[in-house]
Amino acid sequence: MNRNRMLDLWVGLFVIIGIGALAFLALRAANASNFSSEPTYTLEARFDNIGSLKVRAPVRSAGVMVGRVSAIGFDAETYEAVVSFNISARYPFPKDTSAKILTAGLLGEQYLGLTAGGDAVMFKAGDTVRLTQSAVVLENLIGQFLYNKAAEGKPADAKPADANPGEGKSAGEKADDAKVTDSKAAESKTTDSTAKGGKTRAAKGAEGSQ
Amino acid sequence: MPVASPPPKPDVPGPVRARVEGLGEWALLKLERLGFAARFFLAILRFSGLGIRRFGLVMREIHFAGVLSLVIIGVSGLFVGMVLGLQGYETLVRYGSAEALGTLVALSLVRELGPVVSALLFASRAGSAMTAEIGLMKATEQLAAMEMMAVEPLARVVAPRFWGGVISMPLLAAIFSACGILGGYLIGVVTIGLDAGAYWSQMQAAVDFRDDVLNGVIKSFVFGVAVTWIAVFEGYDAAPTAEGVSRATTRTVVTSALVILALDVLLTALMFRGT
Repeated sequence: MNRNRMLDLWVGLFVIIGIGALAFLALRAANASNFSSEPTYTLEARFDNIGSLKVRAPVRSAGVMVGRVSAIGFDAETYEAVVSFNISARYPFPKDTSAKILTAGLLGEQYLGLTAGGDAVMFKAGDTVRLTQSAVVLENLIGQFLYNKAAEGKPADAKPADANPGEGKSAGEKADDAKVTDSKAAESKTTDSTAKGGKTRAAKGAEGSQ
Repeated sequence: MPVASPPPKPDVPGPVRARVEGLGEWALLKLERLGFAARFFLAILRFSGLGIRRFGLVMREIHFAGVLSLVIIGVSGLFVGMVLGLQGYETLVRYGSAEALGTLVALSLVRELGPVVSALLFASRAGSAMTAEIGLMKATEQLAAMEMMAVEPLARVVAPRFWGGVISMPLLAAIFSACGILGGYLIGVVTIGLDAGAYWSQMQAAVDFRDDVLNGVIKSFVFGVAVTWIAVFEGYDAAPTAEGVSRATTRTVVTSALVILALDVLLTALMFRGT
């Protein structure tokens, strides 16, 4: 009988160590406080270009992870990428929140950045984020930069920049421009966000299907 | 007088036909053995009720398969983690991302090396012993004696061993992974001098509980079922001679290793495709 008790003791110890190892893996190696078990709600966003965004990429707002990308699809009608993502139910976002695809570091992984707006109405599960900004594609930037350089080399009167002011600017300036228009849009959105957003989306859709 | 029909010619196969016949016979034999193994598996499940009720029997097998494997699993895990730390650092430092060492060590251990290597070790440490034990019981007619006493050997001998192995395996794999992560920590942080905070935070950012840790546990459970099934079946099916038992033991280790690696390919393709 005594022998058996020793055996039980050892088996108990083994099970404790095993469960302890599992707990270690769960709590120390994998941050168990991420959203795999938490209730979430799903939103959708449409982008012209998602770059190399992947399923399970983080969704961040103000740099804090608030969710994960759950699915990426392609809309054959508008030729846009449809990104679905889960957000922890703890974090409601207003209806005029904008989504951008950003890059961690210079060449790091891409993630979905959410910038909250000021609307009083919050997103419900299944809603679509209207304000989106596509990923920055490095090749396009470089192409633009080269075009720029070539334009600078020409004499001032032959500059084609007047015809198309956006083209003549450097990438940084252009980005600033985009930001300005973005914030302007966000401001005007606070009044009639859904209506306007819907309109631009509809216009875009029509453009795409033509 | 009617002409007697010539006696039927003895059917002597030519060399090619003999080969083909041999091949067919071999294939049929293997197929038959697979069928018997599947039936055996179902029989284990049917008779495991008694094993669960008399949990002391299962406890003894957990002690044998799990507790006594602790040292080899823990130490190998530590060493594998250390090697991962050293090699991973060598590679990562070329791309200036040595901070990702924690991610590399943890993901490779939790997803792959933990379940696979611990299952291989388990097959050679515990699986071979199970086969030898059951095979020897058969060779010395202990199993037949049990049947004579109306004790079902499947319930008394095989099922407890099976469940002992199946319960032990995921725990051993988790211990292996945990020891490996500590080994990587010893090399990366203590020896090389990476930042401890970066080691853990990068790991926590990349390792998902459900997608990585839980899938690793599922893997090791599947391996546990496969290895112990093979081990008890080979023992039960061994030729009741000294040679037969030794062959069965060898077969257990070889078949288990192949099955573990093949299942790993399947499971990895199922679990981690596209992420």
